[in-house]
Parts: sequence; C-alpha cells; structure tokens
Amino acid sequence: MPVRVQTEDFDVARELATLRAGNRAVGAVAAFIGTVRDVNENTGVAAMTLEHYPGMTEKALAGIVDAAKARWDIIEALVIHRVGALAPEDQIVLVGVTSAHRREAFAACEFIIDYLKTQAPFWKKEDTAAGARWVEARASDDEAAARWDGTREPAG
Amino acid sequence: MRDAATDTVTLVYLARLRESFGTATERIVPPADVTTVAALRAWLAARGGRWATELAPGRAVRIAVNHDLALPDTPIRPGDEVALFPPVTGG
Repeated sequence: MPVRVQTEDFDVARELATLRAGNRAVGAVAAFIGTVRDVNENTGVAAMTLEHYPGMTEKALAGIVDAAKARWDIIEALVIHRVGALAPEDQIVLVGVTSAHRREAFAACEFIIDYLKTQAPFWKKEDTAAGARWVEARASDDEAAARWDGTREPAG
Repeated sequence: MRDAATDTVTLVYLARLRESFGTATERIVPPADVTTVAALRAWLAARGGRWATELAPGRAVRIAVNHDLALPDTPIRPGDEVALFPPVTGG
C-alpha cells in the first residue's frame, strides 16, 4: 500500500527494498526521512504527540502521490507517516520514490514532502519545560510547496 | 462521510481548535442562509467567546468538506462532514 499512517516505527531499508522489489526498470530510489528534533523555536522538546484527521489523511496523501505520478515519470511512491507519542531522534515520516533515473526520483520525493507539510492533516504538539504547545505552521513551508506550481494555499 | 438521510451537518474540530472549543465533533442544522464554508465560519464565530477568537477574520483556519480542503465559496450541504483545523504541521 503506497500510503500508511501508523503509530509503530518503520524500517527504512526494508520499506525501500519492498518498494523496488521485482521491478527491473527501477534505476533510482530517492528517500526522505523526517525525524524528531530536540529543539524547536529555541525551546527544548522532550517529546511530542502527532495527531491526524483519520479518513482525510489517507485521501490527502494518496492525492499527493497521484499528483507526483502525473507530473514525473516515476515508477512507484511510498509515504509512511507516524502518529501518536514520539521522542527526539524518532522517525516521523518516510517518503520513497523509485524511477528509472535519479532526477525524477529526487524531484518527486521533494514535491511529495513539500505538499505533505502543507496539505496533509497532521498536527504536532510538543512537550517542553514551559508546558505543552501546538507547533505553529511555517510560512517557509507554504513557500516551499508553492514554488512547485505557484498556486495559492486554500483558505477557510 | 455523507449522511444525506438527515438535515444535519457534522462538524469536526481538530488539534488546537478541538482543545479550545472543548469538543471534537457536533451535529448542527445550519440556518438556511449558511450554504458556504465562509458563511459557516462566520456563523460559528458569532457564538462569541473562543469561537469568535479562533474564527476571527484573519486567523489562519483551514476547513475541509468531506475530507477535501475547501475554499471560502465551497458549498455546504446536508449530510456533509465539515472539519475546522489550524494550518497543518506534519512531516
């Protein structure tokens, strides 16, 4: 399944091996792994909780993967995103893309994580010495996603 | 998640908005003139208190209708599931 939301950790090597197994047309595998940092906004982060919107999350991620496949000549793409309690150094997200050549795999991988960060319904809540706080969205993430096509973000 | 057998709209609040409003979901019957995302937001803000604060014009709120990100003029119909949430911060 190309999109998964799960509480348990994932094995990057095994996931990427599965992604390209049995397909001799694959000549490139690009991967992005997002992990938990111990500092954000100059404050120490002891732990975090990731929340999502079940139902919409899977639909949004599948839509982003479909958009990447429509735009680049890639073979397969995988997104795994964890939810629940996480600690510094933990893996949060894996994006893996296979293609015949590297350029398409790199571009599609970056596109998928850029759109995930602005379109997929996940929220981080950090535990700090000053208490729990919801992570604020970054304008730089919107700009990163917008540079792929120049469209404006949806607004409510 | 359509529930066309009823006149109700299901509202879902996520992350900071759920905590601020003190509820995760509710079912409403919107007034006849509340037919779009923008009108629904204004109608909820008119409740006052935290609703007015969180949904004030200019506050960054994302709204999804039936699991798709919506625009201000996206229509809302009976049976729809409408989610309100802060800008997303995954990845």
